[in-house]
Amino acid sequence: MTDKIQFNHVSKVFTIRDSNERKNGIKEFTAINNVHFSVKVGEFLTLVGPSGCGKSTLLDLLGGLTKPTSGQILIDGKPIKGPGLDRGIVFQQYALFPWKTAMGNIEFGLEAKEIPKKERTEIARHFLALVGLSGFENRYPHELSGGMKQRIAIARSLAYEPDVLLMDEPFAALDAQTRETLQTELLRIWEKTKKTIIFITHGIDEAVYLGERIAVMTSRPGTIKQMIQNPIHSRNLDEDIRSTPGFAQARHQIWDLLREEVHQSQAFERKNETA
Amino acid sequence: MANVNKSVTVTIPAPGRIPFSFHWLQKLLKQTVVMMVLLFLWEVAPRMGLVDQTFFPPFSIVAEGWWGLAVSGDLYDHFLASILRSLSGFGLAILIGIPLGLVIGWYPLANELLNPVLELFRNTAALALLPVFILLLGIGETSKIAIVIFACLFPILLNTINAVRNVDLLLIRSAKSMGLGSTQLFYKVILPASIPTIFTGIRMSGSASILVLIAAEMVGAKEGLGYLISYTQMNFQIPEMYAGIITIALLGLILNFMLVSIEKKLSKWKENANG
Ligand SMILES: Nc1ncnc2c1ncn2[C@@H]1O[C@H](COP(=O)(O)OP(=O)(O)OP(=O)(O)O)[C@@H](O)[C@H]1O
Ligand SMILES: [Mg+2]
Repeated sequence: MTDKIQFNHVSKVFTIRDSNERKNGIKEFTAINNVHFSVKVGEFLTLVGPSGCGKSTLLDLLGGLTKPTSGQILIDGKPIKGPGLDRGIVFQQYALFPWKTAMGNIEFGLEAKEIPKKERTEIARHFLALVGLSGFENRYPHELSGGMKQRIAIARSLAYEPDVLLMDEPFAALDAQTRETLQTELLRIWEKTKKTIIFITHGIDEAVYLGERIAVMTSRPGTIKQMIQNPIHSRNLDEDIRSTPGFAQARHQIWDLLREEVHQSQAFERKNETA
Repeated sequence: MANVNKSVTVTIPAPGRIPFSFHWLQKLLKQTVVMMVLLFLWEVAPRMGLVDQTFFPPFSIVAEGWWGLAVSGDLYDHFLASILRSLSGFGLAILIGIPLGLVIGWYPLANELLNPVLELFRNTAALALLPVFILLLGIGETSKIAIVIFACLFPILLNTINAVRNVDLLLIRSAKSMGLGSTQLFYKVILPASIPTIFTGIRMSGSASILVLIAAEMVGAKEGLGYLISYTQMNFQIPEMYAGIITIALLGLILNFMLVSIEKKLSKWKENANG
């Protein structure tokens, strides 16, 4: 299979104000360092890593919202020039437009794509049904539950047909039941639409449940610590794979990898506090 | 099963609806009662000699005075003069304040340069400048409308600037990720997101327009409600003076009611704290 996304030795350095130095002191701050990996067409990759290791930064870079300090990110072999409708981002905090109804939100990307009104409505209805929210067309975001909002956000990103779906801890704020429902739904959608998905998560279970491959990141400055080919990823949605021995094994492997990193970053933070 | 469903859908709305309309009626009734009690006290207190009748005539006498002014057409003339001044000043302030605020809020440089000046003006009470306006523009219509503009401009301007600057960054990123350029971003995100805050400024200006105008009319004018009050006071036409005050209160009430209803319509997508 061909590569959809390639990270070529990508680093991102932020300049931040340094509170310890003189008033105008600025400090360089490496968020991610030498990230190098690729994602195949139609692949579902999950990305786990300790808090603050640069996962969101990675997604911003991929979304074209920021530029890498060094290295290159390629999509279909071409460097990213900026944001575009070939990639859809689902943000952790929903990011729905509160003045637009569920339908209006889903149509937003289609408007940007200059699709005529009638067609837009049709497409939006289709995706609203896909995420199981038919009948909620005219609800405003504040009239929807968290899980519904997240589904609308997913529908919005799917509606303009991006090749790549970038999801930043989309289910983190939801209760366990809603999360599991949406996870299954997402897998269904993925099988139906054959999109390339990069899915960031804090949850090891979630990473193992969803990912064909799982990328584990080191603590800050983040790099890819290990790529794990998920052994249990033979998708039968009706089967409860969470209770299989393969699931437990993969879970344990990631847990061990992360534990080292979390210890390291905690030690680092403690050192910073006393300094 | 079907039976259960039916009984649920039938019984829930029925008891829900009746207390609701009842509630509304009850509220109206209570408010009317409070109003009647106040008017009754106003009527009785002077008659019983609790307050001086000459300076605080009973409500019936004030109402009589009001009726006299209304029938003679004087009240209408003063009312018209005031409302024309306040609406033209208010309207011009909106026309100047919103576009200016959008520009200042949108361009960080404009904001940086103008911020100290705006802070200074904002903290200058409009009425303190009344003598300056009269010196520069005379005591005619120009100076009165000018001071209304001045008083109305700052709430609108500052709220607009604030609104634009405080648009949720996440929404901006979300829109950018869907490929919106800066012009589209402005019309499709910044503007709609700002409208409720801008309207708060407009509503604040509405009350300011009346307040400042009345004061200006009391100082120097030949017609208008402010003039009516100071004129009748000096001529010892006390009931007519109160009639003028009541008219101003009604004017303020009507204006505020209109602005609040427009605001409600424009921000119906916002979570309403009052249910
Ligand atoms: N615009 C920015 N300017 C300066 N520093 C930033 C900026 N954005 C992120 N950072 C820093 O880069 C690091 C990585 O941030 P990022 O948001 O990518 O972490 P994360 O892995 O997504 O964390 P979490 O799991 O908590 O969401 C953090 O230490 C953060 O403080
Ligand atoms: Mg993050």
